[in-house]
Amino acid sequence: MLKLLKSLGKKQLLYALICVIFVSVNVYLELKIPDYMSSITVLVQTEGSTMASILKEGGYMLLCAFGSLIASFIVGYFAANVAAYFGKITRQNIFEKVSSFGTQEMKEFQTSSLITRTTNDVTQVQMLIAMGLQAIIKAPIMATWAVLKIMNKNMIWSMATFVAVVILLITIITLMIRVFPKFKIVQKLTDNLNRITRENLIGIRVIRAFNAEDYQQKKFEKANEELKNLQLFNQKNMGLLNPVMSLVMSGLSLSIYFIGAILIDRANALEKIGIFSDMVVFSSYAMQVVMSFMMLIMIFMLYPRAAVSAKRILEVLECENAIKDGNVTKGKEVGTVEFKNVSFKYPDAEEYILENISFKANKGETIAFIGSTGSGKSTLINLVPRFYDVTEGEVLVDGVNVKDYKLESLNNILGYVPQKAIIFRGTIKDNVKYGHSQKKITEDNIKDAIKVAQAEDFVLKMSDGYNAETSQSGTNLSGGQKQRISIARAIARNPEIYIFDDSFSALDYRTDFLLRKELKKYTKDATSLIVAQRIGTIKNADKILVLDNGKLVGMGTHQELLKSCAVYKEIALSQLSSSELEKDLKGGM
Amino acid sequence: MHPGRRGMNNNEKAKDFKKSIKNLIIYCKPYFMPILFAIILAIISSILSIIGPDKLRDITNLISEGIFTKINLQEIKKISLILLLIYAISAIFGYIEQYIMAVVTNKFSKELRKEITEKINNMPLKYFDQNSYGDILSRVTNDVDTLSMTLNQSLGNLVSSVTLLIGSIIMMIVTNGLMALTAILSSLIGFAFMIIIISRSQKYFSRLQDEIGELNGHIEEMYAGHNVVKVYNGVDDANKKFKNINDRIFDNVRKGQFLSGLMHPFMGFIGNFGYVCVCIVGALLTMNNTIDFGVIVAFMLYVRLFTNPLSQIAQASSSLQSCAAASERVFEFLDEQEMVKEDNLTKVLKKEDVSGKVEFQHVKFGYNEDKLIIKDFNVSVNKGDKIAIVGETGAGKTTIVNLLMKFYDIKDGDILIDNISTKELTRKNIHDLFIMVLQDTWVFEGSIKENIRYNKPHVTDKQIEDVCKVVGLHHFIKTLPQGYNTILYDNDTLSQGQKQLLTIARGMIKDAPFLILDEATSSVDTRTEEVVQKAMDKLTEGRTSFIIAHRLSTIKNANLILMMEDGNIIETGTHEELLKLNGKYAKLYNSQFEKTE
Repeated sequence: MLKLLKSLGKKQLLYALICVIFVSVNVYLELKIPDYMSSITVLVQTEGSTMASILKEGGYMLLCAFGSLIASFIVGYFAANVAAYFGKITRQNIFEKVSSFGTQEMKEFQTSSLITRTTNDVTQVQMLIAMGLQAIIKAPIMATWAVLKIMNKNMIWSMATFVAVVILLITIITLMIRVFPKFKIVQKLTDNLNRITRENLIGIRVIRAFNAEDYQQKKFEKANEELKNLQLFNQKNMGLLNPVMSLVMSGLSLSIYFIGAILIDRANALEKIGIFSDMVVFSSYAMQVVMSFMMLIMIFMLYPRAAVSAKRILEVLECENAIKDGNVTKGKEVGTVEFKNVSFKYPDAEEYILENISFKANKGETIAFIGSTGSGKSTLINLVPRFYDVTEGEVLVDGVNVKDYKLESLNNILGYVPQKAIIFRGTIKDNVKYGHSQKKITEDNIKDAIKVAQAEDFVLKMSDGYNAETSQSGTNLSGGQKQRISIARAIARNPEIYIFDDSFSALDYRTDFLLRKELKKYTKDATSLIVAQRIGTIKNADKILVLDNGKLVGMGTHQELLKSCAVYKEIALSQLSSSELEKDLKGGM
Repeated sequence: MHPGRRGMNNNEKAKDFKKSIKNLIIYCKPYFMPILFAIILAIISSILSIIGPDKLRDITNLISEGIFTKINLQEIKKISLILLLIYAISAIFGYIEQYIMAVVTNKFSKELRKEITEKINNMPLKYFDQNSYGDILSRVTNDVDTLSMTLNQSLGNLVSSVTLLIGSIIMMIVTNGLMALTAILSSLIGFAFMIIIISRSQKYFSRLQDEIGELNGHIEEMYAGHNVVKVYNGVDDANKKFKNINDRIFDNVRKGQFLSGLMHPFMGFIGNFGYVCVCIVGALLTMNNTIDFGVIVAFMLYVRLFTNPLSQIAQASSSLQSCAAASERVFEFLDEQEMVKEDNLTKVLKKEDVSGKVEFQHVKFGYNEDKLIIKDFNVSVNKGDKIAIVGETGAGKTTIVNLLMKFYDIKDGDILIDNISTKELTRKNIHDLFIMVLQDTWVFEGSIKENIRYNKPHVTDKQIEDVCKVVGLHHFIKTLPQGYNTILYDNDTLSQGQKQLLTIARGMIKDAPFLILDEATSSVDTRTEEVVQKAMDKLTEGRTSFIIAHRLSTIKNANLILMMEDGNIIETGTHEELLKLNGKYAKLYNSQFEKTE
C-alpha cells in the first residue's frame, strides 16, 4: 500500500500536509464550539447577564463554526485533488505497463482481470485516500483532543463515555468478525449467479434444443437460494448496528445527565452552576469522542478491501516483462525469415509445442504452414513478432535475431494479421491506417489497401464509405468483413513480411481466392508466411511446411508433398476429391 | 458496499416514474403485511426517539429548579428509567423493522431474479437477437440489486426520516412556536445552499460516468487487441488517447469529489448555526421568563433531530429515482411478449415412432414483419436422407434449421414431420426429436463429464467415455490431471476445436431420430472433421440429417445438396449432379482450386 503512494509527487505531499494542518484547525475549532456553548449556557442561567454578552459568545461560536466549515472546505479541496491525482497517475502507470506487456504476461493476468485492475481497483484505493486524508487524519486527532478535554472535567463522566465506546467497539468488532468474511463470499456468489445467467443467454439455442430449461433453472435456483441466504445472514447481523449505536448514544447522554444531577446535588452551592454548564458541554464532547471512534472503525472496514486492490495493482506494476527490447534498428538482408533449430515450450510447461524447426523464407516467397488443430503452426509464426521468445534456437528476420531488434523497428518490417480480426472503434479509415508509424500513409494508400483486401465493395456501400463508423470490436461488421479490414490494415503498412495467422478462414472460397490473387499482384516483393486450414489457400505457395504435434514432418511444394508426405496427403484427401488430386499430381498447376 | 456504483445510479432517471413505482408496488403485494408492519414499527421507533429530548428536558428542568435548593433525585431516577425503557424499545423495534425488511427484500429479489430467468426461457429467440446479453444480465443482477437495496435501506430511512421530521416539527411547535420558527428557518436556509451544491456535484458525476465509460471502452479495446496494438506500434497512440481521457476524468473526480465532500461539513455547520440561533432566541426568551431553560436544552436536540432527516430525505429521494429506473428496466423485461402458449397442443410424436420424413411446404418467414428471408421454401426429405444446405452468408441456411426446430414460428406455409404439422406439436416435443450441434461451442462451468452428460442423468460414465473415444477426445481428456472430472472454466483448458468436439459428443449422446449439424465442425481441422463425420454418419444411419457446412468438402457424400440464395433454393441435387450443372454451386466449389496467378 505504501509503495503505491510513492507515485505521488512533491506537490501532492505538500497538499497532504496542508490537509493535516487544516484538519487540525478544523478539529480545534469544532472542539472550541462546546466551550462557547457552555459559556452561553452559563450566561443564560445566570441572573442579570446582558443580551450583548450572549450575542458576543454566540457570535464567537458561529465564527468558530464558520471557520471550521472553511477549514473542511480546504481539506476537502486538497484531499480531492490528491486522491484524483493518485487515481490518474496510477491508472496511467498500469495502462502503460500493460501496453508494454508481452503475450505471455497478458495470458497470465487475463484480459478481464487486467481491466478490473486498471479501473475498479484503482478506484478502491483512490477512495481510501480521499477518505483517508479527511477521516483517517481527523479521527485520531479528534479522539485524543476530545478525550483530553473530557479527562480533566470529571472522572465519572469519562468512565461512562469509556464504557459507551467499549460497548460500541465490541459490537462492531463482533459484527466484523461474523460478517466480514461473508462479504467476500457474497461477491463470489453474485459472480456465480451472473455466470449461470450468462450461460443461459449464450447457450439459449442449445438449452432449448436439449429441452434443458429445467436443468438450467435448477442450477440457477440453487445459486439464487445460496445468495439469498447469505445476504439475509449479513443483513440481519448488520441490522444490529444502527439500533445499538443509537441506543448507546442516547444512553450515554442520559447517563451524563443522570450522573450530573447526582453530582450537582452533592456539590456545594458555588460549584453547582459550574458543574451544570460542564454537564451540557461534556455531553457534546462525549458524542464527538464516540463519533470519532466510529469513524476510525469505518476506516478499518474500508482498509482491507483497498489493501487487496493495492496488492493487485502492484502485481501488475511490478511484473517483469519476459520480452526485453533490443537496439538494432535495421536488418542485414531484406524480406527474409529464418528459423534455426527452433524449439518452444510455454514457461512451466513440460512438453514442447515446437521441436527443432528450421527453414528459411527468401524475399518475395510465400511460405505456408499446415497441420491439424494443436500442431503448433500458429505458435510457430507467433515467434516472428516476438509474442513469445524461443526456448531454444533462434529466429532471424532480415538476417538479424529478433531478440536484438528494437521492437518498434521489427514491427515496422512486419504486417501481421491475427486469426481473430481486431477492429477498433473509429472509422474504417482509422482502422486501416492504425499504428503510430503509419502517419505517412496517404488516402490513396488506404483506398488501395481496402481494394486489394476485397473490402471496397462493402465499404463503399456503407453510409459514409471510408469514413463509416466502426463500433467497438466491430460489432456492426460481419466476420468476413472484419477480417478483410484487418487484412487491409496490414497491406496499408506495405511491410516487407506478411504474417497471416489463419486469417482467411472467415472468408468464403471466392473472396479468399480473389484476395490472394490481388495481394500477390500488389505485393510482388513481399514475403508471406501463411497459416491455413484449407489446402486451396496454400496450394500455390513456394514452400509448404507440414506440422504434426510440433514437429516438421514435410516441406516442399504441393506436388512434392502429395508424393512424399503422408500427413499432407491425408489432409489433402479430406478436402479434395481423388480425381482432383490426380490432376494436381500430374503437375497440372 | 458499492460506492462507485451509487454515483452512476443517481443519474439514471426513469422514463415514467409513476408507472414504474406503481408496477413495483403491485409486485410487492404478497409482502404488504410484513412491510406495513415494518413501517408501523419504524414510525413507533421514530416517535419514541422524539419523546427522548422531551424527557431529557424534564430532567434538566428538575436539575435547574433544584440547583440552589434540593434536586428531586427520586423524580429524576423515575424519568431516567422511563427514558431508558423508551430507548430500549425504540432500539428493539428498530431492529425488528430492519430484520423484517431484510427478510422481505431478500425474498423479493430472489423471486424477481427467478422470474427473470424463467422469463428468459419463455421468450422468443428473436428478443435475444435484438438485445445484448450484457443488457439482460445487468437487469438480473444490477437492477435487482438496486431495487432490493433501495427497498431495504431507503424505505425504512424514508419512513423514519419523514416521521422524525414531522414529529420534531410538531414537538418544536408544541414546545415553543417562536423557537420552532427559528430552528426551522435557520436549517432551511442552510439546506437550500446544500441542494445547490449537490446538484452541481451531480453534474460532474454524470460527466464522470460518461468518461469512465469511454475509458473502460478504450481499455477493453486495447487489452483485447493487445497483439495488434503491439505489432502495429500502436502503443504510443493508445497511451496518448488514454492520457487524454484520464486527464478529463482527473478533473471531474477532483471537482465532483470536492463538492460532494462539502455536504457533510455543511450539515455540521447548519446544525451549529441552528444551535446558536436557538440559543440566542432561547436566551432572549428565558430572560423575559417566557420559557424555562429546559426548553433550550430540548431545542438543542430538536435542531439535530430536524436537520438529520432533511439530508436523509434528500438522499432517499435520489435513490428512489434510481430505484424507479431499475424497476422500469426490470418490469419492461418481464412485460415483454412471450412465446405463444402451447397448452392447447395435445398431439405427441414419440421418438420411437418417428419414421424420419420431413417436408417443407411453401414456407415463408422473415425475422422482421416487412422483410422476408425465406420466400418460398419447398423440399421433401425422406427417411435416412443426408441433406446438405449450402450457400453464402445471409442466404438463409441457419434460418431453415431454426424454423425446423420451431425456434421461430413460420409466417406462411407448413413444415411436416412424419406428415404431422409442426404447428400441432409442442416445441418441447420437436426438440426431443432432434440432435442439434451448433457452430458456437457452448461449454458451461462444470466438469467435462457434466458437460457431456448435461440433462440426461441416466447416461453412464462408460457411455461418455465411448462417445469421447469416437470424437477423439478421450486421449486428451485422459492426459488432464483430473480426467473426466476436470472442471472447465471460461477460457483455458480446451481449445476452440476441442470445445467443438465436446459439444459434438454432447449431441451424440442424445438419442433422437433427426440430426442437425449447423457448421458444427468449422473450428476443427479437416482430418479430425472427417473422423467425427464418419462417427456421425454411423450414428445417423437410418436417421435423417441436415448439415450446414462452410467447407464443401465435408458434404460431398450428401444425398441431396440444397444450394440457397436469398432465401430460395436455386439448385438441388447430389455433388456430381450440381457440378455437372455448372451453376452457382460449381462456381462456389471450384473457387477453392482456382490459381492465384
